Amino acid sequence: MKSIFSENLSDPQRTAGPEAMAETTAQRRPVRWHIAVFLAPAVLIYTAVMILPLFGTLQLSLFRTVDNVPVFAGFDNFRMLFGDPRWSANFWNALGNNTWFFIIHMLVQNPIGVVLAALLSSPKLRFSAFYRTAIFIPTILSFVIVGFAWKLILSPLWGVAPNVLDLVGLKSLFVPWLGKEEYALTTLGLISVWQFVGIPMMLIYAALLSIPDEVIEAAECDGITGMAQFWKIKLPLILPSIGIISILTFVGNFNAFDLIYSAQGALAGPNYATDILGTFLYRTFFGFQLQVGDRNMGATIASMMFFIILAGVCVYLFTIQTRLRRYQY
Amino acid sequence: MSKATSSPVRTIAAHAVLLAYTVIALFPVLVIVINAFKSRNAIFRTPLMPPTPETFDLVGFRTVLAQGDFFLYFQNSLIVTVVSLFLVLLFGAMAAFALSEYRFKGNTLMGLYLALGIMIPIRLGTVAILQLMVASGLVNTLTALILVYTAQGLPLAVFILSEFMKQVSDDLKNAGRIDGLSEYTIFFRLVLPLVRPAMATVAVFTMIPIWNDLWFPLILAPSEETKTVTLGAQIFIGQYVTNWNAVLAALSLAIVPVLVLYLIFSRQLIRGITAGAVK
Repeated sequence: MKSIFSENLSDPQRTAGPEAMAETTAQRRPVRWHIAVFLAPAVLIYTAVMILPLFGTLQLSLFRTVDNVPVFAGFDNFRMLFGDPRWSANFWNALGNNTWFFIIHMLVQNPIGVVLAALLSSPKLRFSAFYRTAIFIPTILSFVIVGFAWKLILSPLWGVAPNVLDLVGLKSLFVPWLGKEEYALTTLGLISVWQFVGIPMMLIYAALLSIPDEVIEAAECDGITGMAQFWKIKLPLILPSIGIISILTFVGNFNAFDLIYSAQGALAGPNYATDILGTFLYRTFFGFQLQVGDRNMGATIASMMFFIILAGVCVYLFTIQTRLRRYQY
Repeated sequence: MSKATSSPVRTIAAHAVLLAYTVIALFPVLVIVINAFKSRNAIFRTPLMPPTPETFDLVGFRTVLAQGDFFLYFQNSLIVTVVSLFLVLLFGAMAAFALSEYRFKGNTLMGLYLALGIMIPIRLGTVAILQLMVASGLVNTLTALILVYTAQGLPLAVFILSEFMKQVSDDLKNAGRIDGLSEYTIFFRLVLPLVRPAMATVAVFTMIPIWNDLWFPLILAPSEETKTVTLGAQIFIGQYVTNWNAVLAALSLAIVPVLVLYLIFSRQLIRGITAGAVK
């Protein structure tokens, strides 16, 4: 601990050469206990409740349970997941659906969020507090509420969706979207977008508000206003926020489970058309209908999700984030 | 302000877009709530009409209140959410400050270690977490949920807050140091007030998944005394699936308290955001 917290890279004595520095830091530099105090509570809780159990799960994926005794199995579980056609078909289906789910969010949710935030942040806009509050409301509702509410609204039994379409003369377009294999996943993706558009909106809104007036005024003096101002001045300044939102969306979507579970059940019907990695994991882990829950295969799928998400985050951290410019106002 | 930013056409267009989206956002919620107050026939015949004196009926609410202890569930959810939120914000801000302010060996590594939790859902470790809670006797307590949610919220809080803390001016902190303030005072008195808007944002993003979580209440605290409102509503709706009055009433009861909480809280949030932005 001592050597970790006692070195100060900005220490002017650093220029005195490595030996001199090692000597002075060991003797004169006090241990910076406050760093440890600041870090300790977060690191302790996080390690005990999150990291250790996660490693426990990764470990479980390398074992099989035979007669209630865990037996080391190496990569047999992974071989089964990809080699056995029953498993691999399910896995690729879930991964494909999950990717589509993510694409819907990136193409629909985030652009809508940016547009709404840009409109909200325009100066002298009346009722902006009202809009902001109202548009964020779906985000605060739980998946249980959203799943059931949309299930009821889209249900052909209860005529809300056909009635609304009738108002705009499009009644013929109505189909039971959640019940059709070809539409169900997209419908659920859009429901999820409806629910979560408030998050990119709020983050971008906060970023836009933190752009200093001087920058905007300077742009106006140069004759850059309206759309051009947004594209040339504001957008580059909020790019780091958009980067954060993209990676949050990616992680959130590849962990998604609740909405599909609430609306379509653990079987992710119709005919697994809405099965994503989260529901696949749940079914494998806890079992469903005739299949018995399998802890080790569950851990294997969980590990695969872990690697997929890890890959996405590495792409963000090492390629996207390092290229984004940061401005200090 | 220049002409372009205040032209009436532009303003009207902005209002039209925002109003349209507001309708989209509120319509489903409104449909659920107004139908909860109607009789069964009216729910199916005129789903888009508000309740009239003839169709007004509270039978759904009577069923819900007779069957489930929603007040207790609500109280449980509130305790879990508020305590977890407080811990996440305090510990998260402290860790974010350490990571963004000081250079020490292993800084980047520690940052990556803490950021790991953003990408990995804590759910993947459920089995081991359950074992841990069983071993420490915390099953069916709110403490178990608070611990899990604190761990779950910390990574994102640290990540977002350290992004914002990097933007706090170094001159200000150094001025504080020259005036003889301790590092703790600099953190609590100088830096925390400056990142308040970010704290409000983090608070909302932390609060929502905690309040709405179904998974951990189901696994760690499914007993009657510790049920959260989400779990209570899910179980209730599952049992009364064909009773439309009861389902709509249960959904409304789950919506309204959150809505009230949010409307109270959103003032704070918006004040926080604007106060931080107007320098």
